[in-house]
Amino acid sequence: MSDEAARLAAFRKDIAAWIDEACPASLRGRALGEDSIVWGGKGWAFAHADQKDWFDAAVAKGMTAPMWPTEVGGAGLTRPEEKIYREEMARLNAPPPLESFGLWMLGPALLHFGTPEQKAMHLPPVVRGEIRWCQGYSEPGAGSDLANVQTRAEDMGDHWLVNGQKIWTSYADKADWIFALVRTDRSAPKHKGISFMLIDMASEGVTTRPIRLISGKSPFCETFFDNVKVPKDYGAGGSAIVGELNRGWDVAKYLLTHEREMIGGGARGLLGGRSMGEFIGSLEESVAQDPVIRAEAMALEVDSLAFALTMERYKDRAEGGKGVGDASAMLKYYGTELNKRRYELLMSASGSAGVEWDGPHGSLAPEWLRTKANSIEGGTSEVMLDILSKRVLGMPSS
Amino acid sequence: MSLSLLETEDETMLRDAARGWLADNAPVAALRKMRDAGQAFDTGLWREMAAMGWSGVLVPESSGGAGMGHRAAGILAEEMGAVLAASPYLSSAVIAATALQGASEKLTAIAGGELVYALAVDEGTKHAPERARLHADRIGNGFRLSGTKVFVAEGASADRVLVLARTSGAAGDALGLTLFDIDAGRAGLSRTAKATVDSRDHAELRLEGVEATGEDVVGDVDNAMAVLAPALRAGQAGVAAEMLGVAGGAAAMTLGYLKERKQFDRTIGSFQALQHRAAHLWSELEVTASAVAHAGRMLDADPEAAEMAVSLAKARATKTADLAVREGVQMHGGIGMTDAYDIGFYMKRARVAAEWLGDYGYHAAKVAAARGF
Repeated sequence: MSDEAARLAAFRKDIAAWIDEACPASLRGRALGEDSIVWGGKGWAFAHADQKDWFDAAVAKGMTAPMWPTEVGGAGLTRPEEKIYREEMARLNAPPPLESFGLWMLGPALLHFGTPEQKAMHLPPVVRGEIRWCQGYSEPGAGSDLANVQTRAEDMGDHWLVNGQKIWTSYADKADWIFALVRTDRSAPKHKGISFMLIDMASEGVTTRPIRLISGKSPFCETFFDNVKVPKDYGAGGSAIVGELNRGWDVAKYLLTHEREMIGGGARGLLGGRSMGEFIGSLEESVAQDPVIRAEAMALEVDSLAFALTMERYKDRAEGGKGVGDASAMLKYYGTELNKRRYELLMSASGSAGVEWDGPHGSLAPEWLRTKANSIEGGTSEVMLDILSKRVLGMPSS
Repeated sequence: MSLSLLETEDETMLRDAARGWLADNAPVAALRKMRDAGQAFDTGLWREMAAMGWSGVLVPESSGGAGMGHRAAGILAEEMGAVLAASPYLSSAVIAATALQGASEKLTAIAGGELVYALAVDEGTKHAPERARLHADRIGNGFRLSGTKVFVAEGASADRVLVLARTSGAAGDALGLTLFDIDAGRAGLSRTAKATVDSRDHAELRLEGVEATGEDVVGDVDNAMAVLAPALRAGQAGVAAEMLGVAGGAAAMTLGYLKERKQFDRTIGSFQALQHRAAHLWSELEVTASAVAHAGRMLDADPEAAEMAVSLAKARATKTADLAVREGVQMHGGIGMTDAYDIGFYMKRARVAAEWLGDYGYHAAKVAAARGF
């Protein structure tokens, strides 16, 4: 065994022992529905003590943000270490100690584009789950055509004056801060003139209104900005704008790749932490033996396994500095379509037990309905296919 | 297991070298020429491949091979698939070389390209090794083999054949099978070449009292699977890689056509309906490429644990090649239906390869079984 392999083997042993000790048994293998996620934030209340214990242990070790630098509270893991960590988490059926848009999106944006002051102000509270972020991208007139943002920020000398409306802002009603795309130059072409701005949701003039979805739940909001004053400079925290003024589209595009990978990888350990095989096996015999259900379950398993390998391959490629770029649209497209297929199968396999809002399979029905947004949010499947055909395959424009 | 699926520099060099050589020496036009001449593969070309070490890809260097391993073998198979290069590569260099591990002299002859092997396993229309009925009766110190094998790749041209025979038990038992290594010219063995749609060599083998000795047994009597299973896994991973290449070759041809063909005063590749189908096909290719690379990596790292990875690759490659060739013909329109155009060759090879060594259902069921259902 090479030195590196020996080191990684030792790391695997250590991290597994830590997970096993720090993550209470009551959290293992539970259904990972949206309701059991730890999101953090000023208003966060843990569901029970075990959830908090696991969270606290992870924060202390930097494991809420395994790959972030230790200076901002992360664990500074290398890519092979992080991979091993996730494998051991999966093997031990441990849920992520914290999930948030701060971890998934703001963090990568600041790590790439942020100033030292911005990183120091915003990243540690994300790692510690103290500040919950939301993403202000879409607007009523800017869905698939995202660069058409109309929310404007006027230069008032020492502050920006923000007016406009965002929509599909995930959990805006529960978020402490928002990173938003705002128009800072209305005379420039639509992709220019946009800036990436950090705004405190407690600011006067910010209001949110949850949108009730077909699932009966309201994970998304409308967010209104009415003469909101945003300081140009947060003092030691640096500028309110990430990256260059009027170059927010670069940050947004960079982040969209992260979002696409994340949504693409959203095939979470639902099914109550069980594999598809266990789920099928738990059904009535006649259902488990139904040839149509079995055939689809097998096909789905084949595609899911191959897709999971592809996620790893792309992450390795990104880590190797080769970048994934526009090809991330494939992960988003494929992963979300796969997830929708998975839920269609779960619903048909569950039969009449699946159509209850809160039946024997818990929140399966609302989750099934929720998955329909997977191929819409973060860029529709159709937009992903456009990106792939034009930018990866070099198909001519019409 | 955390195996990186990224290509190493050596692997990329191997791929580039293979691609360049194949483009010059074995383009689709070469397959067309052989088909028109009624020939299954070009022995001269195979000797050149042997000179480059391809026939010894899995043969240890101590036996005169290149010992490059299964991932490298897959890269070569994929590149051959992309141009539909016909050769006994999978039958001889991948499958037989794996089954005959330890038989140094035979391996040396395989690596040198002097000895071409075929594998005779199936007797029905679907791959099912354990259902073999061809029987080897003990006569004195030896055996006498009788029965029929179908769909034997390279069966008409091989110098030697690995024949799976039943020495005990009943059809369906995994035990009681024995693998024999028989000279193709041995008395009682007759071969009928079948004209298959892919223009490659597939034959039916009839054995009528073919005599064999203990020397001809590969591995142990009644326990063929110990040597055959690894060989089948190697072959299945190899044909999966070839099919990924077939899919990629068909897709590349189709994308090229979309960028040049004009209708309604526009390049047809500017139509969104076609763009989205092309992008979907590309996505499937990417996902299958991961499964194929993973199978090769697993065979190199832990062959005993590679069964699911191999079946995953063959299942995915079968589906993706099927999609690529159907979309290929459809998007080419009328010209895609003509024999003069090459895309049809891809469709025909994909259909044959889909059936060889286990179809989609066979391998999807293996994956499902490994995953607990």
